[in-house]
Amino acid sequence: MSTLVLAEHNNAALVPATLNAVAAGLAIGAEVDVLVAGEGCRAVAEAAAAIAGVRKVLLVEAAHYAHALPENLAPLMVQVAGPYEHLLAAATTTGKNVMPRVAALLDVAQISEITSVVSSDTFVRPIYAGNVMATVKSSDAKKVITVRLTAYDPAPASGGSAAIEAVAAAADAGLSLWVAEELTKSDRPELTAADIIVSGGRGVGSSENFAIIEALADKLGAAVGASRAAVDAGYVPNDYQVGQTGKVVAPTLYIAVGISGAIQHLAGMKDSKVIVCINKDEEAPIFGVADYGLVGDLFKEVPAMTAALDK
Amino acid sequence: MEFDVVIVGGGPAGLSAAIRLRQLAIQHGEELTVCVLEKGSEVGAHIMSGAVIEPRALNELIPDWQAKGAPLNTPAGEDRFLFLTETRAYKLPTPPQMHNHGNYIVSLGNVCRWLAEQAAELEVDIYPGFAAAEVLYHEDGSVKGVATGDMGRTHDGEEGPNFAPGMELHARQTLFGEGCRGSLTKTLFQRFNLRDGVDPQVFGIGIKELWEIQPSLHRRGSITHTTGWPMDMKTYGGSWTYHLEDNLVSIGFVVGLDYQNPYLSPFEEMQRFKSHPEIRKQFEGARRLSYGARAISAGGFQSIPKLTFPGGLLMGDCAGFLNVPKIKGTHTAMKSGMTAAEAVFDALKGGQPHGQEVKSYAERLSKTWMWDELHRVRNIKPSFHWGLPAAMAYSAIDTYLFRGKAPWTLRHRPDHLQLKPAAECQPINYPKPDGVLTFDRLSSVFLSNTNHEEDQPCHLTLRDANVPVAVNLARYAGPEQRYCPAGVYEFVQEGSESRLQINAQNCVHCKTCDIKDPSQNINWVTPEGGGGPNYPNM
Amino acid sequence: MKILVAVKRAIDYNVKARPKSDGSAVDLANVKMSMNPFDEIAVEEAIRIQEAGGATETIAVSVGPKQCQETLRTAMAMGVDRGILVETDVETQPLAVAKLLAAVIKQEQPGLVILGKQAIDDDSNQTGQMLAALLGWPQGTFAAKVTIDGERLKVAREIDGGIQTVDLRMPAVVTADLRLNEPRYVKLPNIMKAKKKPLDTLTPEGLGIDITPRLTVVKVAEPPARKGGVKVPDVEALIDKLRNEAKVI
Repeated sequence: MSTLVLAEHNNAALVPATLNAVAAGLAIGAEVDVLVAGEGCRAVAEAAAAIAGVRKVLLVEAAHYAHALPENLAPLMVQVAGPYEHLLAAATTTGKNVMPRVAALLDVAQISEITSVVSSDTFVRPIYAGNVMATVKSSDAKKVITVRLTAYDPAPASGGSAAIEAVAAAADAGLSLWVAEELTKSDRPELTAADIIVSGGRGVGSSENFAIIEALADKLGAAVGASRAAVDAGYVPNDYQVGQTGKVVAPTLYIAVGISGAIQHLAGMKDSKVIVCINKDEEAPIFGVADYGLVGDLFKEVPAMTAALDK
Repeated sequence: MEFDVVIVGGGPAGLSAAIRLRQLAIQHGEELTVCVLEKGSEVGAHIMSGAVIEPRALNELIPDWQAKGAPLNTPAGEDRFLFLTETRAYKLPTPPQMHNHGNYIVSLGNVCRWLAEQAAELEVDIYPGFAAAEVLYHEDGSVKGVATGDMGRTHDGEEGPNFAPGMELHARQTLFGEGCRGSLTKTLFQRFNLRDGVDPQVFGIGIKELWEIQPSLHRRGSITHTTGWPMDMKTYGGSWTYHLEDNLVSIGFVVGLDYQNPYLSPFEEMQRFKSHPEIRKQFEGARRLSYGARAISAGGFQSIPKLTFPGGLLMGDCAGFLNVPKIKGTHTAMKSGMTAAEAVFDALKGGQPHGQEVKSYAERLSKTWMWDELHRVRNIKPSFHWGLPAAMAYSAIDTYLFRGKAPWTLRHRPDHLQLKPAAECQPINYPKPDGVLTFDRLSSVFLSNTNHEEDQPCHLTLRDANVPVAVNLARYAGPEQRYCPAGVYEFVQEGSESRLQINAQNCVHCKTCDIKDPSQNINWVTPEGGGGPNYPNM
Repeated sequence: MKILVAVKRAIDYNVKARPKSDGSAVDLANVKMSMNPFDEIAVEEAIRIQEAGGATETIAVSVGPKQCQETLRTAMAMGVDRGILVETDVETQPLAVAKLLAAVIKQEQPGLVILGKQAIDDDSNQTGQMLAALLGWPQGTFAAKVTIDGERLKVAREIDGGIQTVDLRMPAVVTADLRLNEPRYVKLPNIMKAKKKPLDTLTPEGLGIDITPRLTVVKVAEPPARKGGVKVPDVEALIDKLRNEAKVI
């Protein structure tokens, strides 16, 4: 049996998250195929065919696949699912939208946001906002799975030369229409959706001083967060606070500036892929979780980092 | 909203009163509506106690409690009383008040959850998540009821988008069972001069942790109390260690809030205490599950205020019914609630009007076993003013020779006046937490599941915003940053200036700040209902 | 039009979950339970639509043990008209819940079904999508804004990096994201009123649905503790590590 990964794309380019999903697919051990469904998306299929380790790309082109509407994508996946034991997608908002619908149509469970593969039917996934890791075993013949991005390094985007096989489209379900998509523009990304977060703590010292945090965030295209201490001290509004209800974050990169690392804060960001801290107190608990720690005066180091990123 | 009886506080006193009222109403075929307000998110959320309880009151309230599944699962077993030095432990004879035969080690929170179920079956309306924020009065000055706090005010006190104003609850009688240092009780003391002619109340702070230990080290039912180290001879304090079911251990430390050295930190004393060789050996390979803190009343008999006033009365620990030498207050709280219920039921029977002062409550109470019990031990706690050795000697004489009937009564002094200026005291160097057996404040508060809605007015109000820096920091080295067991108070250095940072979200509602602040500048008021700790199994 | 809301009884969001020491399950003994916060948002949205004249009746449905009645009472105290409990002590996974909800929906015939996007206990984020699939209805997941326009429903959806708007044929399923609304506080008199609202109890057997779990939990454990990494001497070294070692910028 083999594995089918749903490619995520905008009809022109592959969304990098697909590479992480392929990596998880390869971790299962079977051959990995990729499904590219869209409109005028041959270039995406070619990109998918180049991913190292991919056996075959299924390409389906029709207007009603242009926006990954689940009402159309799910029946298509079911239609091609026959030879596959595992159906995977990245746990992006697209993957999370489509895959449960696929699972229900197949009358199987979905296994959400796996972080590791124990065997072909057993997987580890976080529950309770990442405070508990559950090992779950599926009794279904087919396993529909979404993959937590930070758990897998992306598969190499080149090196493969898979065949591209055209597949006939299924009918338009006629249930839904795509109207518009507004990507967040010049303003900073939402805290919970951001790929990079720069957070400031009490050490930043004042509302005005937060400007240096914002400058670094803008340079990185990052969201700005804050510790509870900084919020309590009135430096930034409440909705900046990492760790409160619904604000458990798990970005690819988390930069903690002047944050000592109270456990409440750590609980809110410990699932980040890479954690950096900049703090003058070498003893601060944040160094205990940071992948890269810089001991120094944040008022010197943060502007220096912002400037150095231009190089 | 109109009720016959409104009860403030869903603890042992309030729930026992509610149950007894409805039992009597059903028995006598009377219509009687009873409502309980509880500021915690659920009954039990704010309950924290040791606890070894005496089932005496429960036997009287619900004789078939065993059949009804009350969570009294661990009968008290082996009883030890130890005197600690820094490295040694000496076994002392267990004082008679501390004998626990026939008692049970429980989670008082779970007992309250069960009591709430019993009350609900008797059609008591229980409203958790609603804090009684204000006492309401009739024009004639009698208590009319209470108002719940507003919900949805912003930090600045403005009405937020989801603003929901507090509700008035009117009752013929309003029963206050707020627990130690109740915020409304405090206003009632003043309004009705309830403390005239009695000793000031004195307090302790109890800090508790719940651990799950290795089965091989667990001795279900075992009870250990200690005195001595790490307290010095002048400071009242001691510990408990109780082995419950499921390999759980309740361990706690109580420090008398009459301590004098502003550098003392009850939280760190508790951490340090656990590192004693006799104590730490139980915690090999254990994990800490929960943490909490609560002030307790320790004044006993001579500090009991006048209990009734037109329209209402006080019960449980807000009246100070804890038996200090026994270190138990649950049975007395329950008994006071039941007695209050009986008095109130008789007073309201047959449609009697609101606003009465149910004076028979105090009379009935004085004829119960609990009154006798509190009277007998009244001199033990105040004797600790003389230091530990003298107090132990005196307590032995008072207990064994006079059997609690000494012809004198020792007096109390208010806790907040006991601090000495920092200049006259030695700073205490507490060991750093190891993260295995000993911890810092914030990782501890984390385990209490404490939260408050972020955007609301600070519920730790200062009468004068200058006092923390000008008086507390200058004269007493900022004792609030040490006595607060939840890290609510921090002095932050900004340039050359210091400022008091109040992290109100961390507050575990222990009330210590309201008690110990040397100039009584901190006034603890209720935050939005549902805020505070969410103690499981505490 | 009727609106049906699904509500789950879950661990309270303030309470930290912890595995039992034998790793068999999460320890929920005497732990505070509440309505799943995302479901509260779903309830709020249904009530707002009704208050604006967009619905004739709102119904809350829960699946689980008897204590779920409390969750339904909370929904009714917020303003929902009546409740239905599909009572079972069997652990219900999203597929089973979706099937049970689909069976109830066939009886109730609502024009709109709103659920929370996920529950904060199992973090599955599946039930709404599965329900839509089983009913053959369109789905507006992760909703930030919902607008009813005759027989059509416009849903602004929170997607990675922005907002997507879709136009759905009704009846439809919507799942609520954090920014859809801020749920109201429950008022005391409404809690009293909610006690008198109708609450029906059904069973999986009565609905003819097999709810046997498809996934078995082999074990639960605390996540591995993060270990501290390296200290870097300066900003240049840091940027170099982030670019070339971690490859995150």
